[in-house]
Amino acid sequence: MNWIKITEAENIPLREGRPVEVDGKEIAIFRLADRVMAIDNRCPHNRGPLCDGITTGEAVVCPLHGWKISLETGRVLRPDVPISVRCYPARIEDGIIEISLEAIEQEECEAA
Amino acid sequence: MKRVKKQRLVIIGNGMTGVACLEQILRHQHRFDITVFGDETHVNYNRILLSSVLAGEKDTDEIILNPIEWYVENHIALRLGIRVTAIEAVRKRLIGEDGSVTPYDKLILATGSSPFIPKIEGVDKKSVCTFRNLEDTKRLAEWSAPGRKAVVIGGGLLGLEAARGLQIRGCHVTVVHLMDRLMERQLDPIGALYLKQRIEQLGIRVLLERQTTRLLGNGRVEGLQFSCGGQLEADFVVIAAGIRPNTQLAAAAGLDVRRGIVVNDYLETSQPDVYAVGECTEHRGVTYGLVAPLLAQGKVLAARITGNPTQPFDGAAPATKLKIAGVDVFSAGEYEDSPGADSIRYEDPSLGIYKKLVLRNHQLAGFVLVGDITSNHRYLEWLRSGEGLATRRQSLLYPEPSADAGEAAALLSDQDTVCGCLGVTKGAIIKAIHERGICTLAQVKETTRASTGCGSCAGLCQDILRAVAPNFEEEAKKGLCRCMPFPEEQIRQIVQTQKLRSVQEVLDVYGDGAGCEVCKPALSYMLDMVWCGGHDEDRSARFINDRVHANIQRDGTFSVVPRIRGGVTSPAELRRIADVAEKYAVPMVKITGSQRIDLLGVKKQDLPAIWADLGMPSGQAYTKGVRMVKTCVGSDFCRFGTQNSIATGIELERRLENLFTPHKTKMAVVGCPRNCAEATVKDIGLVGQEGNWQVVVGGAAGKHVRKADLLITVETTEEALHASELFFQYYRENANYLERTYDFVERAGIEKVRRDTVYAPEPVRAGLLSRLRKSKELSRDAWLEREQPRTASQFIPITAIEAAPAS
Repeated sequence: MNWIKITEAENIPLREGRPVEVDGKEIAIFRLADRVMAIDNRCPHNRGPLCDGITTGEAVVCPLHGWKISLETGRVLRPDVPISVRCYPARIEDGIIEISLEAIEQEECEAA
Repeated sequence: MKRVKKQRLVIIGNGMTGVACLEQILRHQHRFDITVFGDETHVNYNRILLSSVLAGEKDTDEIILNPIEWYVENHIALRLGIRVTAIEAVRKRLIGEDGSVTPYDKLILATGSSPFIPKIEGVDKKSVCTFRNLEDTKRLAEWSAPGRKAVVIGGGLLGLEAARGLQIRGCHVTVVHLMDRLMERQLDPIGALYLKQRIEQLGIRVLLERQTTRLLGNGRVEGLQFSCGGQLEADFVVIAAGIRPNTQLAAAAGLDVRRGIVVNDYLETSQPDVYAVGECTEHRGVTYGLVAPLLAQGKVLAARITGNPTQPFDGAAPATKLKIAGVDVFSAGEYEDSPGADSIRYEDPSLGIYKKLVLRNHQLAGFVLVGDITSNHRYLEWLRSGEGLATRRQSLLYPEPSADAGEAAALLSDQDTVCGCLGVTKGAIIKAIHERGICTLAQVKETTRASTGCGSCAGLCQDILRAVAPNFEEEAKKGLCRCMPFPEEQIRQIVQTQKLRSVQEVLDVYGDGAGCEVCKPALSYMLDMVWCGGHDEDRSARFINDRVHANIQRDGTFSVVPRIRGGVTSPAELRRIADVAEKYAVPMVKITGSQRIDLLGVKKQDLPAIWADLGMPSGQAYTKGVRMVKTCVGSDFCRFGTQNSIATGIELERRLENLFTPHKTKMAVVGCPRNCAEATVKDIGLVGQEGNWQVVVGGAAGKHVRKADLLITVETTEEALHASELFFQYYRENANYLERTYDFVERAGIEKVRRDTVYAPEPVRAGLLSRLRKSKELSRDAWLEREQPRTASQFIPITAIEAAPAS
């Protein structure tokens, strides 16, 4: 897997997300208690910036209209629609957040 | 089959007791043609609430008990405004003042009572009035105006109620009482002293042991002369010195009349087929003036007259539950100290709470409660049952430890009265619940009428519903969300008592550890409020608007609204705003409905620089906090302005800005009643008038439109600001998150809000203000974070250390 170094972990406050542009894509990176997660920064509903949402466990709630999206699988958890957002592998190595652009395999994936 | 001829039933009197008795008659099988005579021109209304009408809290329509349709539906002939001048008991007919002759088979006298007018010289002068009916109330409302000097003669219930209504209308009120204490027929000297102190705290002057001998003035009253030689100025005088049963009609007809119309235990008078009920009666030597025993009389009479079995009316224990000028008072049985009785007391002078139990032979003989009447049902039960209290003597004045809140309701027996105003028992409520499938408080009110008088039994009704109704719908106390399944009131207590200072701590200990978009902002608010800003701020628990201090728009950009206090700006500020709009290519500049300027479509990363260029503080237009104080032009420029609304609005905004509130808080200050800045539909509004301010709260002009309730009328600007601050902090501390003031005020009731803020004891008010000041001290302009961002990436996107590998 090709890991890309993004930023120092402390740059993202705990339980918050931040946008980053990588290879022309805007990706939201979230730092949770013991891990980091990466997801396309657009809500499939109305293109709301997911990085600005409040996290609830391992999901994020879009700040515009409250869609709830799993950061682990990209699935929309609320409302009940069979749509997913693309997620990316992410990790912390020596205090640096790294992601990979090889998308995580998903059950159903629609480009938002 | 021969049709049975209906009997003619006539009721003289269209007041509360007469009509309540009639309602009971309708519930029985009856064969009456019913006619009601009323000498007032109004349909039956709730006399207890006249003081609320006087205070401007209720409209006349709102206190009507039986509208005209009710009479029509029940086939009752209503003759309003017609006084019956004679009863011809032998010929069984009535003569009306219009000359009409009305025959009857059965007659009920419910003629009520009239105000007692003491022998005072000059009592027939203009601007002297009693306080008994709607006409009196309207007259008093017309006479009162802020700063006018009102004198109430009489320190009993009626006098104090009148005093409060007049005081809320801004009058300078003095109560003059003949006796050495207020309400001497219900209170012992210390209890009366506590009541006096509370009344005086409201700004009402009380003069005891003053006998008025003469009303001074030339045609119109100008003052009072006392027997001790003193004088008192007055613009108008209210006489509330007690009531006398109306017995003239009965006496003229030859009925046995002493102080009242004499009735036996079945409300029968000395004349066959003539009955009497209510304040006009004398039963076993006692006349009654409070509503509960009179309603009990009505029930007995209704059963008797329709030929149904009934218990006799055997008098009533003298129990009085009253809310006088917003102060709770309860008195029952013996209340004076006397030899052979033990008096057990509890007093808290600062909070104005006084409790006294009178015990004889370890049995409760009576009690007095002032300021806190929560235990009254327990004591009434002891009084009724005569239970031996020897083993409980050490804890008589402490509430029994109760496992659940419904215990007070559970302890009541079915005969116990829940609603003292309308005489509704616990049994009647339970019956209604079972028979009609009732599950909300509103339905209880509608079907049983409980809680439609003073409303103080609403909580108890709710407890009974909770315990008995299978489909009870909880009206207030829902858990915050699934992560935090506690009512917010309880969470606030937890935060305080457990000394929790961060959202994550609360979630870890009492929630599911994760939290959600509902509870996290709510907890953030509560922590900030409880610790007056001294909490550990966790921005991850805040909505994006509160992370970057701007309002997120539908395309992910933000809007910027600088603070323009009172809507007053300057050429220099306007120039800077224009420069910023051009420099950052702001797509839209808009004047808002709140007298502010909105820069829309700003990128997050531009926010700090824009704030710096504007050089103006945050307008908090993005948060649940102090949005604005809108003002009209006021006395500086407007030719109609009576108060300086601009300076006052700016000062109000300065005092409250940068603080968070449960939901957005919008305010306005207007300099005259033309209300150009719509203060009466704001969360807090100040309405200036000649010589005073009205402070109004709980208004709305959004999805709902609600006229704000009057909190208080005050003379000085500082007092108006002070009242606003008290309400503001009270709302901060007691409303649920996302509850606007208009919902909060409706839920709590304006009476309670008043009692807990502007009319609260001094230590309570000082507490509210000191917490507000402390919060204010720790608050700051959020836009200063431009100089010290919380993290390097607060506003600016992250730049990746590495570029993506060439694929």
